[in-house]
Amino acid sequence: MKSNNKFTSPLNADVSRRGFLGGTAALGVTAASSSALMGKKAYAAKKGGHLRAGIAHGSTTDSLDPATWENGYTLSLDYTLFNHIGEVDHTGAVQPELAESWEASPDARTWSFKLRKDVEFHNGKTLEASDIIASIEYHMGEDTKSAAKSLLAQVKSMKADGKNEVVIELEAGNADFPYVISDYHIAIKPSKDGKIDPMSGIGTGPYVLENYEPGVRMTATKNKNYFKSDRGHFDSVELITIIDLAARQNALTTGEIDMMDRADLKTVHLLKRQKGVNVMETVGYKHYTMPMRTDTAPFDNNELRLALKHSVDREELVKKILRGHGVVGNDHPISPTNQYHAEGLAQRMYDPDKAKFHFKKAGLDGTTIQLSAADAAFPGAVDAAVLYKEHAAKAGIDIEVVREPNDGYWSNVWMKKGWCACYWGGRPTEDWMFTTAYAAGADWNDTFWKHDRFNELLLAARAELDSDKRRTMYYEMQEIVSNDGGVVVPMFANYVFAASDKILPSEQMAGNWELDGCKFAERWSFA
Amino acid sequence: MSQILKMVAQRFALGFLTLFVVSLIIFLGIELLPGDIAEEILGQSATPETVAAFRTELGLDVPAHIRYFDWLWGMLNGDMGRSLANKREISELIGLRFGNTLFLAVTAAAISVPLALTLGVLAALYRHSFYDRAVNVVTLSSISFPEFFVAYILIFLLSVTFPIFPSIANISDATPFWEKVYKVLLPALTLTLVVVAHMMRMTRAAIINLLASPYIEMANLKGLSRARVIVKHALPNALAPIINVVVINLAYLIVGVVVVEVVFVYPGLGQLMVDSVSKRDLPVVQASAMIFAGTYVLLNLLADILSILTNPRLLHPR
Amino acid sequence: MNAALKLLASAPWSAKFGIVVILGYSIVAIFAPVLTSYGETEIVGAEFEPWGGDFILGTDSLGRDMVTRLIYGARNTIGIAFLTTGLAFALGSVMGFLAAAISGWVDQLLSRIVDVLMAIPALIFGLLVLTIVGTSIVNMVLVIAVLESTRVFRLARAVAMGIVVMDYVEASRLRGEGLWYIMSREVLPNALPPLVAEFGLRFCFVFLFISALSFLGLGIQPPTADWGSMVRDNATLMTFGDITPLVPAAAIALLTVAVNFVVDWFLHKASGLKE
Repeated sequence: MKSNNKFTSPLNADVSRRGFLGGTAALGVTAASSSALMGKKAYAAKKGGHLRAGIAHGSTTDSLDPATWENGYTLSLDYTLFNHIGEVDHTGAVQPELAESWEASPDARTWSFKLRKDVEFHNGKTLEASDIIASIEYHMGEDTKSAAKSLLAQVKSMKADGKNEVVIELEAGNADFPYVISDYHIAIKPSKDGKIDPMSGIGTGPYVLENYEPGVRMTATKNKNYFKSDRGHFDSVELITIIDLAARQNALTTGEIDMMDRADLKTVHLLKRQKGVNVMETVGYKHYTMPMRTDTAPFDNNELRLALKHSVDREELVKKILRGHGVVGNDHPISPTNQYHAEGLAQRMYDPDKAKFHFKKAGLDGTTIQLSAADAAFPGAVDAAVLYKEHAAKAGIDIEVVREPNDGYWSNVWMKKGWCACYWGGRPTEDWMFTTAYAAGADWNDTFWKHDRFNELLLAARAELDSDKRRTMYYEMQEIVSNDGGVVVPMFANYVFAASDKILPSEQMAGNWELDGCKFAERWSFA
Repeated sequence: MSQILKMVAQRFALGFLTLFVVSLIIFLGIELLPGDIAEEILGQSATPETVAAFRTELGLDVPAHIRYFDWLWGMLNGDMGRSLANKREISELIGLRFGNTLFLAVTAAAISVPLALTLGVLAALYRHSFYDRAVNVVTLSSISFPEFFVAYILIFLLSVTFPIFPSIANISDATPFWEKVYKVLLPALTLTLVVVAHMMRMTRAAIINLLASPYIEMANLKGLSRARVIVKHALPNALAPIINVVVINLAYLIVGVVVVEVVFVYPGLGQLMVDSVSKRDLPVVQASAMIFAGTYVLLNLLADILSILTNPRLLHPR
Repeated sequence: MNAALKLLASAPWSAKFGIVVILGYSIVAIFAPVLTSYGETEIVGAEFEPWGGDFILGTDSLGRDMVTRLIYGARNTIGIAFLTTGLAFALGSVMGFLAAAISGWVDQLLSRIVDVLMAIPALIFGLLVLTIVGTSIVNMVLVIAVLESTRVFRLARAVAMGIVVMDYVEASRLRGEGLWYIMSREVLPNALPPLVAEFGLRFCFVFLFISALSFLGLGIQPPTADWGSMVRDNATLMTFGDITPLVPAAAIALLTVAVNFVVDWFLHKASGLKE
């Protein structure tokens, strides 16, 4: 995406700084054969070949409807067939994709997006402003079922300015809006009479859909008219759903597939030893959490929350649940990769004495605290809960692990039970993460937490364009969440995935999602 | 013969009654499950408004009994409806999956049934010999391993250590026939190990059960060879229980193979049904349940007809 | 007592072996807390410690002692499987005998209910019911027992059908004996051999059913130790040629073989074959 350096946002300074910080995001290839990739030879993608990717998600109930996309399979399908207004690069910065450039008014309330003129849909139609507007509008309005609905609630109006410019006015200033509008749900599909066909597979992306059998596989062939001439190297791509972990790893080691997501952390050391397999790892925003309902007893008592936050040995969780493929969390959702991560904030440690102290202060001696968990929350969630119980026992706190069924976990346990295990894919910006899950009254405020100062800062920081001022505000917000919030964030998990050594991944991978931001089909090639 | 026809007609009527009750139970069950399709599909990203919008779009705001009778009416008219999740024609969706399920079941049956019968007859013939004990121990061990574990062991041996078979049975309807057979051999072998013990033990037991009968003693006294006595005299009379257990296992090969489908990434009906249950995609669950229940009813009928045909006393009642 | 010992002494080696194994397992299951110094869910060391040293079979993925988990696993696994199978047989055979002894509409009703239950794939039915009522051990035992009892019912009914038309049953009916007497004194003893034969395999199927449920996330819930989950948790190791998951699997296999050896011996005695 070298053609987009014209990027004329008032946030230029921000973006370059993010670039500097985010550079450490992609740890890159860690297997023995990585030297071949790091050698002096210029990075040269080979054209052609049939890529077979094994994906740990995918259900027969999936569809091409972007409103319902939510798992690793639909995300990969999204980025294989479709494009978005912007894309997140390996530094964590958002770069224009279907847009050529964008500009914001000084109060960050009005955004205008200039579109590329050379983009064609798979059906031959040329991309116009009306397609962008229809694709966004599909996720807005009263009767949409889209998961992106609340995200787009801030959009006040949209209009086309000629065929190649879209102007979007927001309810309030948002300095991070290009990230928001590039959300994976907002895939750009061709419009007809101002509406898109949500079930169609026609996009502008690097591959053209050939056949899609939900829950089984999708095949797509190269888009010969792709507007990025230096991307989309494979002749054809096949995404295969392989949910069983052992099956996925066996398929990779026996050459049935060329790459896979979600390596088994328990056996990844054995997988690394296999010939012809590269194990890769990226640091992203994904974190595992244990939200408490701060609106119900006993979790409305901050002393109890502090007691519980002090009674877990995070190091051991990272070691045993993540097998070291991650970092400890500090009871707030901002990842070390995020731009305004509060480095100065002291790391909360396992301290049974402090936990005992706060527990006593809470006046709950002798009560049993229930922690609900299922592996649907995150792999190893039940084990993590069992370890938590063991740790807390040393502080005299009795935790009862309630194992919940995987089926229906998100509708029956999460945000229903007092304290449960949960995961967040994380968000590339602080504002997005806080607005989604910590703002008072947000749909997914899973701790039901209300903090006046925090909510004040949230609004102020969102419209603030001065990055130093933003940093101070975001630091304070992280501190507030950590000390008063209802969430235990014991760890941030890396993405660990693997490919055969015949595959040449990007030199530096994006960390916004697994597998190079799920854009492997576009960015990778055969070696 | 007319007696068989009458029985068939009667059983068909009962079969339809069974299907009807099954559909009611499944419908009620799914309704009772916490959460509905809108919540399950939107998952962690569900909000009250989006869920409500989704429900309206799917017609879930209509009362349950009306939805049930709509479905029933469609079914009686040969219309299975469309999947709620992705609007696909269920007949098309299920046709493909059921074809795959049958293909795997037939392959597994073609290996396991002859194998089990042979092993069983031989075990009866050489009862209490070392062979008898060894076959017993091996088959009992193989069924006491959970299916997925048998699958992992076979994969480790036959596709990782000695790369003979592919580790996943990744087939589509475009795969040529023999390649399909080759690709499903490993899952079929897994299923064989799972079902062979039950059939083999029943064959052995049914034959041995008859060995104390006077007519067998008579045959022995005539000086016939042991093999001849067992194959010609005992086996025909032991067929009824053997057919029964074979049919139960055939039904299992069609209905109960979800786990093997998952491990070998085989696009069968079981996986479809489990997915649909967990996402509450009711029409798909109903249609799959009808197919499974129908298969079960038909196979049972087949077993009864075969038992009658192999038993002259039942064929020509006094 | 003496007669029983004599009978035992006359048993073939396979049956003796079976009895010894079953007794051994029972002792381990009953005295589990005495046999190991660690707690069932206690984390005693680093994860995946090798075999030998303080931990004879090493530790599992969380650092719990494998031997301890195996011993408690015996208790939970065998306990639950036997309880479930026992319940299934009690329920299935009582219903089956009733259907055969009363016949008429009772038989029709029970048979049709069983038809319906059997026509729904067991795994799907388990999935449905357990999700609705919750996955506690009690619920699981009850659901599986009901599902398995349908199979027992069919067998019990078929066997009892042959018995209730016998002259001696007719005679006791004429004597004016009650239903309960006929079922327990006349039908049961004569129907026992095929039922016991079925028990040997059913026990194993119950066990497999539980482990298939675990595969779908609905079986015995951690941190309770059971062999099915122990196989499942470590199964991926198998694909790299590590034999750790074979240990609990072999424990299951050994028990199945032992139970069926004893059953075979019993059948042989009951069949009256003299060889």
